[in-house]
Amino acid sequence: METKVKDIIAKYGVDPAQIIAMLQDLQSAKRYLPEEDLRELAAILGIPLAHIYRIATFFKAFSLEPKGEHIINVCVGTACHVRGASRILDELERQLGVASGGTTSDQKFSLETVNCLGACALGPVVVVDQEYHGDMTPGQVDKLMENYR
Amino acid sequence: MKRIQSASELEAYRQECMASRDPQRTVITICAGTGCQAHGCSNVVAAMQQELDKQGLDQVEVKATGCHGFCERGPLVVIHPQGVFYNKVKVEDVPDIIARTVKEGEVIESLLYALPATKEQISLEKDVPFYKLQERIIFGSNGLIDPTSIDDYLAIGGYQALSKALTGMTTDAVLDEVKISGLRGRGGGGFPTGRKWESTRDVDSGVKYVICNADEGDPGAYMDRSLLEGNPHSVIEGMLLGAYAVGATEGYVYVRHEYPLAVANLTMALEAAREMGFLGQNILGSGFNFDIKISRGGGAFVCGESSALIASIEGQVGEPRAKHIHMAESGLWGKPTVLNNVETWANVPVIIDKGAELFRSIGTEGSPGTKIFSLVGKVNNTGLVEVPMGISLREIIFDIGGGIPGGRSFKAVQTGGPSGGCIPEEHLDLQVDFDELDKVGSMMGSGGMIVMDDRTCMVDVAKYFLNFLKGESCGKCTTCREGILRMYEILDKITRGEGELSDLDMLEKLASVVQEASMCGLGKTAPNPVLSTLRYFRDEYLAHINDKKCPAGVCKDLIHFEIDPDACTGCHKCARVCPVDAAHGKKKEPHEIDQEKCIKCGMCYDACKFDAVKII
Repeated sequence: METKVKDIIAKYGVDPAQIIAMLQDLQSAKRYLPEEDLRELAAILGIPLAHIYRIATFFKAFSLEPKGEHIINVCVGTACHVRGASRILDELERQLGVASGGTTSDQKFSLETVNCLGACALGPVVVVDQEYHGDMTPGQVDKLMENYR
Repeated sequence: MKRIQSASELEAYRQECMASRDPQRTVITICAGTGCQAHGCSNVVAAMQQELDKQGLDQVEVKATGCHGFCERGPLVVIHPQGVFYNKVKVEDVPDIIARTVKEGEVIESLLYALPATKEQISLEKDVPFYKLQERIIFGSNGLIDPTSIDDYLAIGGYQALSKALTGMTTDAVLDEVKISGLRGRGGGGFPTGRKWESTRDVDSGVKYVICNADEGDPGAYMDRSLLEGNPHSVIEGMLLGAYAVGATEGYVYVRHEYPLAVANLTMALEAAREMGFLGQNILGSGFNFDIKISRGGGAFVCGESSALIASIEGQVGEPRAKHIHMAESGLWGKPTVLNNVETWANVPVIIDKGAELFRSIGTEGSPGTKIFSLVGKVNNTGLVEVPMGISLREIIFDIGGGIPGGRSFKAVQTGGPSGGCIPEEHLDLQVDFDELDKVGSMMGSGGMIVMDDRTCMVDVAKYFLNFLKGESCGKCTTCREGILRMYEILDKITRGEGELSDLDMLEKLASVVQEASMCGLGKTAPNPVLSTLRYFRDEYLAHINDKKCPAGVCKDLIHFEIDPDACTGCHKCARVCPVDAAHGKKKEPHEIDQEKCIKCGMCYDACKFDAVKII
């Protein structure tokens, strides 16, 4: 049962103030914000499409592009940074052949960074599809990726 | 669940909750905060329950609690009533814990925490130095209660402050108590909470709001999340008291979207509080009405700023607005609004319940009470620590934090998040409170405390924060949007070995303009990491500029890896791990690194057991 715009409207009502919550539901259901859904939302709520795009591009929680099958999130919070998170990110970029924020051409992996997961004791941390991998080193990246290839 | 309609009904129900919790009963508490979940505690909880069922020990209770704070040693298991403390517990340890500790009262030595220096084993939680030196008046309940059980909260005296206020105190008396306590905003600003409330109370308006700021965006700080996850009712109770004092009828909790567990536990807590009648109409029969909604953030650091946060709740883009219009008069939807941080709200029930005088007896004259810090980075005991204000940085980092890992030397501690500063060794005896941290060019901020050792490059740290802030600037003010970007570019140039001495003057000039001409706190404080590193670690900048060297061995463009032929045993490990075949050599003969091929990933350095790989 796919979440549709009308289900979201049913949940929140025709209330433009709830637009951020609506977009969050749409994002978590579809992993991105499809243009046709945003147009539909704008029409129902009676607000300009530009306003919705402004919100969708301002907040980091939203993506206008479809994401890969596996989402790799590298924590680049301060604690992870001083423990060498950038080396892990470099190695992931090298192995996947995409820059941070990108998705591989086969749509298999999206590589992202997060500014702190609050799991600083495990730093540097990489989260793949919600699964935490702590105390990462560049040398462990290859082994980690093998589980998903 | 029954609806409680008076203070006496609440007391009667509390007695029931306490009676059903025999203090002599064996209770196994397992930390299930986000940090321990990442360590795999959920499997330990499940295994513990399974093992108890298997052994027919239905009189023993397993409790998955919120964060205990000692994240470094997770998953943590504490066996009450004795308080036996086990760390780094794995699923395979569970049968042993049940058979030996729960059944026989025997302590399993291999699971005890050992002091790093002396290897002395500590069996009770209260004797572990990490906990012993703290004063956990806000955070201590986390390890005792199941955050999803309102009865657990009631059994430890929850909602007692609310009942005391609603049935025996005027709204002014509640406000006065908070004023006398001297509580200052724990989100980092340090503004006196009582004064903030007073301005809102003094405005005549039919509708007023109270808001809890849980948009904890500082990288490296997670105390607000742990409070919301581990003890959501204490925050709800604080908001109830604030709403009563200022005459608000509606509340919002604005939570960061990266905190799903906090949202889940808070949602449950709100439902339970509503069912019991602590939220809604005519609370405890006093005629006071109040309810709370959750608003999830969209992932923007600037939304921690009060006016940006409010814009975001209203469904607008999170841009700050000028502060000449006070929130106290015109905040959310143009109505008088009180906005406090999670930890500030959690302090309120303690003040009302125990009295302002007791609260004032903790901490310093100018900053009463405790503060929760997240002690992270290059420190042995990563975790959350709640300490009285006025404790020294040295005590926090070395006595509680257990010092620097790997016997390396301390270089700096960064406090106050991206708006804060780096404090060098010469100030380690500084007594931490709002005013003292300001004096050395840093700030309290939300309480992140990132420890750095000799392998941390201060120029790189300054660049790191500016990179973070340039992405998080909302773009409304030119000075912040462009100024931070230009400062970042200069720092990037310096770390690439292309810096000039004149860059440092330019950095200082830009810093003062960004500070002066930006509207909100993000821009005003953005240059702090640069200014404080320039002030205390100028020699590192000079090494990058004049010698084209990175003394800490971090900045990739200024370092290369070499193998010391005298130390190399020819074990071939570096060659095996090298992803680009740059490290090579014959077995049992000294190896070499091909500088043309090397991508400076450092894997050979990590892998070498003989310290033969050198960063030059």
